[in-house]
Amino acid sequence: MGMQDIIDTLAGIEPGSALDAIRARRLQARENAQKSYLFLFEPVDAGDFPLAERAAVAAFVTGLHGESPVAAFYREKLAANADGAALVEAIQVEIERGQTSGPYGAFPAGPLSIENKAGLIYRVSAERKPELGARLVAAFEHAHLLVFRPRDAASADMKALQAAGWSSTGIVTFSQLVAFLSFQLRVVSGLRTLAAANA
Amino acid sequence: MSPTVNPPAVFTQDELGWVSWIDPLPETELTERHFAGLVDRARAKSEYFRLLVRDPEVLEARTKTDKDIFYNVADGLPRAERELAAAATSRYNGCIYCASVHARFASTYSKRRDDVQRLLDEGVGADLGARWNAVVKASVALATTPIAFGPDNIAELRRAGLDDAEIVDVINGASFFNWANRLMLSLGEPSK
Repeated sequence: MGMQDIIDTLAGIEPGSALDAIRARRLQARENAQKSYLFLFEPVDAGDFPLAERAAVAAFVTGLHGESPVAAFYREKLAANADGAALVEAIQVEIERGQTSGPYGAFPAGPLSIENKAGLIYRVSAERKPELGARLVAAFEHAHLLVFRPRDAASADMKALQAAGWSSTGIVTFSQLVAFLSFQLRVVSGLRTLAAANA
Repeated sequence: MSPTVNPPAVFTQDELGWVSWIDPLPETELTERHFAGLVDRARAKSEYFRLLVRDPEVLEARTKTDKDIFYNVADGLPRAERELAAAATSRYNGCIYCASVHARFASTYSKRRDDVQRLLDEGVGADLGARWNAVVKASVALATTPIAFGPDNIAELRRAGLDDAEIVDVINGASFFNWANRLMLSLGEPSK
């Protein structure tokens, strides 16, 4: 895979730097984090989850984490997609509506209930639903759940995605995409913080 | 919910099962492309992996990332502390299944089963000694959204004796569980 490593690019890791050497000691992890990115955004078969939807979900998810080089990267990716560019502004508004802090949510009833923490239950605004369409509306509401209150997820949430037209295979790739971005954002943030501490 | 599911209501080091909310691929439908995605053929027996193998390329890359972050211990952080980062992240995000697996590994490799159990019982604020506290606190800061990991976490990890390669292992281990937790929590549920 010839393209530059996406985590290195977003974290600002220069070839030959100390962090480059440390990352080289985990070459399999580095190469497969890169392959995960490529297979999510340049898949073998995008049939169950079209590329414009992937770019829209990625822009929304990374934007919910606050402004960062990662959020800017996926916003540009969305803007560069012929079917996605028109959604950039609507998604930006939804990111602002969905901003909160997590993790929160409810534990199974019992001793852990004292740790339950209430928070925003995000729903796409009525005026942007026609623009986004049923599949993305369901996807954004589920993505917000996964970003901020994953412990609230229930079987009914799977049914909501299915009712909006998501196939089982589409749901698996969508879940991987949201979960992968949760990882990528944190690795980039962690490595940037470490590099800054050493500067 | 399937009538056979008996979900746990507390964090535990016991072995749990996991039941999918959507259909895994049947074993009889797996092709060589799917087996490549499973990496280990024995994973064809697992409902979780037969679900994720609906996207075999992503599963394969994810599994290989996971294995290197946790099992490549030629240098860097000891296995026990990588598992501690995974368990603390899972405890904080609320993934009872992931926490059970990685708390068990943390106990096995550290021989500190009671301390690991206190992390599960009391939560991420449990006092586990300076070095483990630093790893738990860094994992929690990384799991928070917006991400709260900052220079103070680096300074605390260094005071606890971690070098930069070990700090990168904490970052990778904790970050990876923000991936794993969201799959296990959203696609199904644990059962006792």
